[in-house]
Amino acid sequence: MTDGLALNLTPLLPEIVLFLAALALLVVGAFKDKEGARIVTVLAVISLILAALLTLALSRTTVLAMGGHFVEDGFAAFFKMLIFLGAAGSLIVANGYMRDAGIERFEYPVLALFSTLGMSMMVSANSLLALYMALELTSLPLYVMAAFNRDTVRSSEAGLKYFILGALASGMLLYGCSLVYGFNGSLMFGELGRALSVDGRLPVGTVVGIVFILAGLAFKLGAVPFHMWTPDVYEGSPTPVSTFFASAPKIAAMGLLIRVLMQPFGHHVVEWQQVVILISVLSMLLGAFAAIGQTNIKRLMAYSSIGHIGYAFVGLSAGTEKGVVAVLVYMAIYVVMTVGTFACILKMRRDGRYIETIADLAGLSASRPMMAACFAIFMFSLAGIPPLAGFFGKLYVFMAAVDAGYLWLALFGALTSVVGAYYYLRIVKIIYFDDPAAAFDNTPHPALNAVSVIAAALILFFIVVPGPVTRAAGSAAASLVTPASGAANVPAPASRVTALR
Amino acid sequence: MTVELFIFYIFSIVTVASSVMVISSKNPVHSVLFLILAFFNAAGLFILIGVEFLAMVLVVVYVGAVAVLFMFVVMMLDINFVELREGFLQYLPIGALIGVILLVELILVGTSWAVSSGTDLAVQAAGINATPTGIPNTKALGMLIYTNYFYLFQSAGLILLVSIIGAITLTLRERVGVRRQNISRQVNRKPSETVQLVKVKSGEGI
Repeated sequence: MTDGLALNLTPLLPEIVLFLAALALLVVGAFKDKEGARIVTVLAVISLILAALLTLALSRTTVLAMGGHFVEDGFAAFFKMLIFLGAAGSLIVANGYMRDAGIERFEYPVLALFSTLGMSMMVSANSLLALYMALELTSLPLYVMAAFNRDTVRSSEAGLKYFILGALASGMLLYGCSLVYGFNGSLMFGELGRALSVDGRLPVGTVVGIVFILAGLAFKLGAVPFHMWTPDVYEGSPTPVSTFFASAPKIAAMGLLIRVLMQPFGHHVVEWQQVVILISVLSMLLGAFAAIGQTNIKRLMAYSSIGHIGYAFVGLSAGTEKGVVAVLVYMAIYVVMTVGTFACILKMRRDGRYIETIADLAGLSASRPMMAACFAIFMFSLAGIPPLAGFFGKLYVFMAAVDAGYLWLALFGALTSVVGAYYYLRIVKIIYFDDPAAAFDNTPHPALNAVSVIAAALILFFIVVPGPVTRAAGSAAASLVTPASGAANVPAPASRVTALR
Repeated sequence: MTVELFIFYIFSIVTVASSVMVISSKNPVHSVLFLILAFFNAAGLFILIGVEFLAMVLVVVYVGAVAVLFMFVVMMLDINFVELREGFLQYLPIGALIGVILLVELILVGTSWAVSSGTDLAVQAAGINATPTGIPNTKALGMLIYTNYFYLFQSAGLILLVSIIGAITLTLRERVGVRRQNISRQVNRKPSETVQLVKVKSGEGI
């Protein structure tokens, strides 16, 4: 506790940059009337990139700050990079749509910055209190952003639904935190980890608390028993907001979930493993089957994201360092695919109006070959077709599951991804082989083209240079597992499996 | 001691009496006023046991914000409270049942707490003194909030800021066609620009 009392602000530099940038941009936006939104967006993207550079520059050693509530380590840095880049990407693609929809206001990038700040505090949270504060700071702007097109019923409905269900999830999370605190007497992850590093069953209260915390975070991720809000919110929100939802917050919630499960409760994998496996199986099932009948591409992407969270959970359910590495790689690939796909969706515009149905994509290859190629690459990658990045993400999580003795889970995941491949490939078929519908408008927003082409290139060439991502993920996972609960995590996976049976 | 006891009884009697009046008075505005009275007396009770911070917060938050909000709602909404009150008695059995359950729970908690309070192991082991002597509890709270929990205190402030931005974003509308008063323009107007003298011939318009 006392080591953080001397105010060491260096580990918080990315957060401080974002915080000051958000405050400054609020003032800039208030004084610039018409052009405000565009300037603020550009400045927000610049400050996100600056924060990402600072994260990269900070040392990789584990540093506690702010009375131990904040931790900066390789794991947090990896997730922060993903969050900042995902948020920057979804801000870059946002501006054109917002202008065309007549809701271009400077509050949007400011709220997105605040939300991103909350996310980076989330992956650095090192106590239950910090966890909750960061989660609320992330969610509150998201509720507002979902209802940003406040004059349309669908957007308001999306915001309201997300808000009410989100408040419920926060309640569950808080209840779980209070149980864990009450039964163990500490809020700090480090102390909790030490207190819980005894063998034998945990007290019932702690287990119930873990389950509630897991449920609250699964809500934020949109994993299955808590996924109800996802399709409606994705469909109702303005498309750039859906892009934002699908990218950065999922990453942050996944990072937080991994930290909570592996650090304080890392010694008792058995206690949370069944829950994670159940969530994973249900998410993969629903993501595969519910998306088949969708006609709206945003709804389809919502179910797709549910399925992908299920696959990421496969790696997590291994409960090993290798599993964590697999999840990190998976999330990195996922964020690139998602931002790219949504950049393509944002280009679906005909006669000045944005359209969202899958049938509108018919014969796209004839009129817009470049966009069609990008779309096809993303769809193949989301489906997990071999040479593309999406395949490797799935491969890593399945391998981690097999190593931990969960062959059946990996096989199940492979089966559901075959089912899921149907609807991804159907889109490719519609784009390439159906009779052409009327051509889309030329996009006047070059940023969209740039983002989708860059994302497609990253997906395409991941196979050539997978090294940097996997190496970064490896050292990130090592920094999470080794220091606090490394010794506690030694029991081999096999013994855990026998304990389960 | 006797003076304290006397003050305690005054505060608690007024609290209980005004709470009864909150639910029994016919006029909702009177109800809210009695609620405020109950809050004030509860704050007095807090001061008697030496927790002045809670007393202050009770007055500032509950009287200053919540009760005034109630008052606004009661006065602004056109609700016929007499109609609402009809059939009030038919809910009496279930209300009484809930009341009895609450009472039993309170008694259970109270008795078990009294038994184990001397041997509260977790608190003793941590060496935490719940009521430190020598410093007022406002100061004790402040010393914690601005040191160990500074990060969380700042985050809470940020969350409040975001909620303000969100509320304004979702509700502020710029109306078109509103005639706003521009004072400097008003003051700077000259009679020669505005007043026009016209000689009107009889039987004709302007």
